Amino acid sequence: MPDSTQKTGAPIQASAPSSAASASQWDRVAATDEFKQLLKAKVRFVVPATIFFIVYYFLLPFLVGYYPKTMDKRVWGPVNIAYLFALSQFFVAWLIAWLYVRAARNFDAQADRILARLAKGGK
Amino acid sequence: MNSTLILFLAFIAVTLGITYWAAKRSATAGAYFAANRQIKAWQNGVAVAGDYMSAASFLGIAGLIAFNGYDGFMYSVGWLVAYLTVLLIVAEPLRNTGKYTMADVLAYRLRPRPVRAMASLSTLTVSTFYMIAQMVGAGALVALLLKGAHISFSTAVIGVGILMIVYVVFGGMLATTWVQIIKAILLMAGTILLSILVMNHFGWSFGSFFGAITHVTYHDPKGAVVVKDFLQPGGMYKPPYGPLDLISLGIALIFGTAGLPHILVRFYTVPDAKTARHSVVWAMVLIGAFYIMTTFLGFGAATVVGRDFITKNGGQNMSGPQLASALGGSLFFAFICAIAFATILAVVAGLTISASTSFAHDFWTNVIHKGTERSPGEEVKVARVTAFVVGAVAILIAIELGPNFNVAFLVALAFAVAASANLPVIVLSIFWKRFNTAGAVWGLAIGLLSSIVLILIGPSIMGPQATAYIHRSAPIFPLQNPGIVSVPLGFVGAWLGTMLGKREADAESKFTELEVRANIGLGAEKAMAAH
Repeated sequence: MPDSTQKTGAPIQASAPSSAASASQWDRVAATDEFKQLLKAKVRFVVPATIFFIVYYFLLPFLVGYYPKTMDKRVWGPVNIAYLFALSQFFVAWLIAWLYVRAARNFDAQADRILARLAKGGK
Repeated sequence: MNSTLILFLAFIAVTLGITYWAAKRSATAGAYFAANRQIKAWQNGVAVAGDYMSAASFLGIAGLIAFNGYDGFMYSVGWLVAYLTVLLIVAEPLRNTGKYTMADVLAYRLRPRPVRAMASLSTLTVSTFYMIAQMVGAGALVALLLKGAHISFSTAVIGVGILMIVYVVFGGMLATTWVQIIKAILLMAGTILLSILVMNHFGWSFGSFFGAITHVTYHDPKGAVVVKDFLQPGGMYKPPYGPLDLISLGIALIFGTAGLPHILVRFYTVPDAKTARHSVVWAMVLIGAFYIMTTFLGFGAATVVGRDFITKNGGQNMSGPQLASALGGSLFFAFICAIAFATILAVVAGLTISASTSFAHDFWTNVIHKGTERSPGEEVKVARVTAFVVGAVAILIAIELGPNFNVAFLVALAFAVAASANLPVIVLSIFWKRFNTAGAVWGLAIGLLSSIVLILIGPSIMGPQATAYIHRSAPIFPLQNPGIVSVPLGFVGAWLGTMLGKREADAESKFTELEVRANIGLGAEKAMAAH
């Protein structure tokens, strides 16, 4: 494999990630409070966001499928709830994506701190 | 028709030119398969959008809405929301733990040979399913364009198919990335123009546009005049099984995207997880905007052109091009057809490359030859041969199915297979420590088998309607899309396999490694210098 031509700017070169030599490195990172906090922070965002978007999304086929009369109520000229609810899915999806990108800035900063410490203290 | 042909040939010349240029630069495996991991976030986002917005989106959804109204729009919604699964759950861990294919993530901590063999099989299946739909769309399009020249659907499929395969075989991933980008821009431009023309037709009044949608007129198969409110739900999904089928479709759509091999491999072309994340967002903006505009394409075709005319001129899949013809004349028709053609070419290229990469990398090198290339460049050679074989299979099945299957519907079946087979094992291998090789093999096998069997005994293959392949009074499985049954079965299979299989100390100890690597990118594949 031609991976020998890696860029040199990267702080850490764990080119053989599963080798015994670096095995302890993974456990060391996993044991740090910083890493545990990063995982917790991610879970705190990703789990509620995922549950929310799944529930919000499936409300659409459920309501449209089982309550077509209610969903067909016209609320804006000829436009019905069904179409507006479908349209709202796009904006909700964009909103969640935007919130995630914002939250992920903190995740990146935390990950960079862990990587920087490793580079300083490691081999 | 001449202007169409000229635009066509011009586009083919440009894309092949790019391929030629890229072919000279993609000599190594890293370049052929992953474009040296140097693609930027916006480029990859546009390319993901290009890979994703296939004939199903441009031709299929427009056709579904034009013929069935509101229910067709459900495809548009599901196909965008699906990206939240990709963004929140799959993209970043995948980028950090894999190298070239979806199976890399599974092989990371599981025994590689059985896992790669199964993953390769499911990648080939999903890609072939997806590609059949593209070939059907391409064949219908080219047959319509060259109607005067008496080109049959089969001839069109074969011609287009061969062109596309040649394209991928010589270009590799870099050429594919660029053709995706160019195609995505063209597709957005064409769709925006078409939407503007539709609104212009209705005097820029949303009131009269939506008003027209409430009384769409056409003739039913018996010749009676029907006036129908196309905003009303239930045009396609009727009781007793319709509502359940709609939910089943939703499951396939929103969980299928994160299991699509040709979308997943795109995240290996960027330098890191952050870029992968940003590229998903870029893709979501483009894809979302596009799917909102399917409102204009679909309802526009229903109101301006009408079912009657479309049925006689190219069929349901040609609703978008016929709308262009009605509103913009023959030149605009040519332009939209060229875009549709480019769309299909680009998607087939992406599919072929993911299928052939998976076979060459996962099956040939890692399963048959135990992880080493016997001679330099062997993997690339095997990938090229696979591309030809997969393309040929898709061409044959597309000819067998014929031009009347809606391509969005066909692609939704590929999504069901991806959601049932691939998604469960990807998610479990990233998040479940106890997960083992048996679990992955069982999950892939049961998800793959159940989704395919349920499609084969469902109403699209077996049933009284005209499009069914085997005519009998009632299908054995009542739903068109198997997702609601086969996705849970995929998860159950993966769980059951894990519990019945032996505990794997190695897989569990490597879970820590995977978790660290997935979350902070330590040891992830780096960008490569270009040659």
